[in-house]
Amino acid sequence: MALIIEMLKIVKGFPGIKANDDVTLEVEEGSIHALLGENGAGKSTLMSILFGLYQPDSGLIRIRGKDVRITDPNEANKLGIGMVHQHFKLVHNFTVTENIVLGLEPVKGVVLDMKVAEERVRALTAKYGLEVDPRSKIEDIGVGMQQRVEILKMLYRDAEILIFDEPTAVLTPQEIHELIGIMKRLVAEGKTIILITHKLKEIKAVADVCTVLRRGRLIGSVKVADTSEARMAEMMVGRQVNFSVEKEPAVPGEVLLEIDGLKVRNAKGLLGIKDLSLRLRRGEILGLCGIDGNGQTDLVYALTGLAKIEAGQVLFKGRDITRASIKHRVDMGLGHIPEDRHKHGLVLDFRMDENLVVHSYGTAPFSRWGVLDYNAIRRNAEKLIEEFDVRSGEGPATPTRSLSGGNQQKAIVAREIDRSPEVFVIAQPTRGLDVGAIEYIHKRIVEERDKGKAILLVSLELDEILDLSDRIAVIYEGEIVGEVIASETNENELGLMMAGSTRKAVRA
Amino acid sequence: MKLILEMFPIALMFASPLVIAALGGLFSERAGVVNIALEGIMMVGAFAAASVTVVLEPSTAAAPWIGMGIGLLAGILFSVLHAFASINLKANQVISGTALNILAGGLTVYLAQIFFRQQRTKAFSTGLSKISVPVLSDIPLAGDMFFKGAYPTFYLMLALTVLTWFVVYKTPLGLRLRACGEHPQAAASMGVDVLRMRYFGVLVSGALAGLAGGVMVLSQDIQYTVTSIHGAGFIALASLIFGKWHPAGVLGAGVFFGFSQALSLYAKDITFLASLPTEFFYLLPYALTIVALIVFSGRSVGPRAAGEIYDAGKR
Amino acid sequence: MTKNQAKFAVPLVAVLLGFITGAIIIALTGKSPLAMVLAMFRTLTGFDLTGRTDFNPRYIGEFILQSMPIILTGLSVAFAFRTGLFNIGAEGQLMVGSLAAAMTALMVSAPPFILVVLSLLAAMAAGALWGAVPGFLKARFNVHEVVVTIMLNYTALHFCNWAFMTYGTLDSVRTADFPAGVTLKSVFLAGITNGSRLNWGMIPVALSLLVFWFIIEKTTFGYGLRAVGFNKDAARYAGMKVERNIVLSMVIAGAFAGLGGAVIALGTFNYGRILPAFEFYGMDGIAVALVGGNAAIGVLVSGLLFGMLKAAQPLMQSQGIPREIAGIIQSSIVLFVAMRLGIESLLSLAKRKQEAGK
Repeated sequence: MALIIEMLKIVKGFPGIKANDDVTLEVEEGSIHALLGENGAGKSTLMSILFGLYQPDSGLIRIRGKDVRITDPNEANKLGIGMVHQHFKLVHNFTVTENIVLGLEPVKGVVLDMKVAEERVRALTAKYGLEVDPRSKIEDIGVGMQQRVEILKMLYRDAEILIFDEPTAVLTPQEIHELIGIMKRLVAEGKTIILITHKLKEIKAVADVCTVLRRGRLIGSVKVADTSEARMAEMMVGRQVNFSVEKEPAVPGEVLLEIDGLKVRNAKGLLGIKDLSLRLRRGEILGLCGIDGNGQTDLVYALTGLAKIEAGQVLFKGRDITRASIKHRVDMGLGHIPEDRHKHGLVLDFRMDENLVVHSYGTAPFSRWGVLDYNAIRRNAEKLIEEFDVRSGEGPATPTRSLSGGNQQKAIVAREIDRSPEVFVIAQPTRGLDVGAIEYIHKRIVEERDKGKAILLVSLELDEILDLSDRIAVIYEGEIVGEVIASETNENELGLMMAGSTRKAVRA
Repeated sequence: MKLILEMFPIALMFASPLVIAALGGLFSERAGVVNIALEGIMMVGAFAAASVTVVLEPSTAAAPWIGMGIGLLAGILFSVLHAFASINLKANQVISGTALNILAGGLTVYLAQIFFRQQRTKAFSTGLSKISVPVLSDIPLAGDMFFKGAYPTFYLMLALTVLTWFVVYKTPLGLRLRACGEHPQAAASMGVDVLRMRYFGVLVSGALAGLAGGVMVLSQDIQYTVTSIHGAGFIALASLIFGKWHPAGVLGAGVFFGFSQALSLYAKDITFLASLPTEFFYLLPYALTIVALIVFSGRSVGPRAAGEIYDAGKR
Repeated sequence: MTKNQAKFAVPLVAVLLGFITGAIIIALTGKSPLAMVLAMFRTLTGFDLTGRTDFNPRYIGEFILQSMPIILTGLSVAFAFRTGLFNIGAEGQLMVGSLAAAMTALMVSAPPFILVVLSLLAAMAAGALWGAVPGFLKARFNVHEVVVTIMLNYTALHFCNWAFMTYGTLDSVRTADFPAGVTLKSVFLAGITNGSRLNWGMIPVALSLLVFWFIIEKTTFGYGLRAVGFNKDAARYAGMKVERNIVLSMVIAGAFAGLGGAVIALGTFNYGRILPAFEFYGMDGIAVALVGGNAAIGVLVSGLLFGMLKAAQPLMQSQGIPREIAGIIQSSIVLFVAMRLGIESLLSLAKRKQEAGK
């Protein structure tokens, strides 16, 4: 088969890092080609170059055998290249149609011709079987449909080459299955697909060829059918990977956190949590899984005090904390590793040591009579940096902004674990981290469990949930629809519950 | 009742510069650039318009109109500074706007000293004249309110409002403009030149605010001084927020504020208001603005990416 | 360039560029930039480089005098900025402070020294109240403080004028003088500066600088304010009372500005004044805060710089340069500081090109 894309010896650097270091990619027409690598490996950068968002510092690009310069997305579109982004680039208060035709609008004279636009969109949805409502506003439709709008954007521009950037992060197992079907149908219609991902299972399910990048360099390209997941993981990480954490079976003790009939409104004013009850026991990890947007975030906010509880009750060691302030809950022994490390977890403009005392700066030894003791603050930071191996350029005085994502997360985990809270709410602790950091953080979480803490682990990664949890609860549309023992369930059963298809008797 | 009818043309006279400037702000903010410098641009436009009118008055009756045209151009030039600072050099848009307001005050009076050797322009004799539209001014009620003794700039304001609505909501240009203000990364990925769109938004706001300044000084004053604009640019900003960034809303809000200013002139004729001190009426438009902001701020959401520095490298 | 170097380099570059801009405008309009430089030097040091007149310390006294209120409004704006708030209302907070100080001096009876202190405190309280309003509106209703504070400035102008008029004025321009001894004026200071209006207002100013530095850098309260200013969400997550901190920050900022009003009323004039228009102390404060990097030392230095610029105006006007050049220079400097992100990236781009060329 002919080579439709050739990216030869691509080099691209940004201040401080070489994102692509002499990378070569050759894609055959009509294939599904996976681009595999950890976060920061350079896959998104490479594809952004192909899509015209960046210019390579050096190297050559050939499309259908002809040398090209892709100076901006318009050029890429003209060459038939389209990209479905990981973080959707959709205008929230425009309609589906407006988002699809933006930049290539049909006109009658000087006026927008939305009727023609809508007709064209309907024609496309019929041809490729991508169900959308052309008139709905983006902010009103679900994530799966939003992704289809992203795909339609490219098809509207007659894209022949479609780049998918981490498409499955926000989908249920069933929706992933649908997406795989869509991709196979697109290829059957003659399209070529490049799939950027770090999910080995999906590569095995759908890709023909896989190119592996590590730290900006090309490691190699393999035929997927002939290569095992373990081998691909090794290429991606550079060493043998331990896929699961070692742990003893749990010895759960008394109930530390009781949640009853919780009702919480989310930022949009809708009921994010409708009627939720849960029990957290000492010495146990309860994993909460579900599709993003089904109430996990609202639950975490409600428990930690970031959101108001409209109805229901939360008892912490028998005491009612439903209306307690955040400070009060923290002082009582409730810990929280937040989902969004930049929004909640850190004050990026603070120094490292200032961030490490963000809960405790008001008490001795860090302050006395309202005056801060910077020596004590610095010593505390030195201790935590050493213990958790947080890589920071200037030690405690490092501006937090300059730390890598992984080290920022380690800093947050260090701070929270050091306080050793009785009840630990942990949300997405390893999002965007490399395998090494993930291994370490998982280990420390299990250590806390073994110390007798109660842990609520909220994660979008099913593997992480299955690996770490003792018990698993599934949340769907603001309610717990199932509670199972981790060792007795599997991905399929969980997936069905996550999609609301089945309910399992909830055991308190 | 008769009083209210009498007040209409005056209120609309006060409202016109507010609405025109606010429409300018709409273009800028819809593109994603917050423009606090509307006040300063109005000052520059007013100065230019007043100066040109004084100079050209002896030669032609169209002097005020030429003056307003020059005011518009001056506004564009001045706003280039804001565009360059906040778009190309990624300055904080509120700081850049504030600096330009200070600069406008200094620059206009400085130039007045150079050209007119005093801290104000020379007075012009007529400025804009009121007109009465034939036929339409005989309509009962509406004739008195809108077509008799009105300033022509009132009609200009209406025309610009309709034009703004058309461009922003009915043309591809408007769609792309709004996309830049809501989600510039999305617009860029669709091939829209975000930087150029934002420049367009800011320059249009410069044109309209400059024009508004000219309108204001030529219909409400006899010369340009450093207090000619006295906060109208900021009231225009409030109208934008009050009007939820939509041309029709902006028109309504501007007219409302125009009435609050007109009230001070008619207070002595309204018995229960006559006993209040004059300062109260100077105060009123500003206090009302605060109240309006309180009532409307919570629910009011502007273009999502307005005020954010656009970084092409962010993904 | 390290981050610390950049912190000082950018304002310096901006100041230089601002003066160059002023010089260009002066030259373009047919006046002498040299005259500008000479006037500024004379104001700063008292020496006349042309040799035509003798050393006159009155200029130094006047320039410090002009710096005092804008250092205070600068502290006001800087303090609010640290909490992430834009206090354009320093102008109005200063005016109500002036009013409160004047009213206290005129209406309360007490020994002169006590009365001075009471007036200063009243001014701080009035300014604090005027600052609390936008602070509260922002915290509770999320009303953007920029437009509200500007509206409050105009409100304050008219309200203060009405208040003075109602109390009673001589010829609608000013009130009666304050009682004897109720003043910050100093015969001693006027003496050593050859008759300038320099007064003991220097003491409240110096104390304010210290208090500012101490609160922001050394206290848990300051830590909380800085956290809220950098990242409201993280501050909330950590259990800090974000709304309360926003209000408190504006209260303190208002108090600084109000104190500035008192220093003017008790130090420069000794009577209350009807103002026909703004005197732009608040705007100057914004410039001072921004160029000073919102830190105590910076505010002091840039306050002195802009004070010098203001004090040089009459000298420049006498040389044919319209006094408004000071405002032009000042706003240009602010603009250049605001462009710092751009300047910084240009500088590092130049540095990289230099290294690539090696």
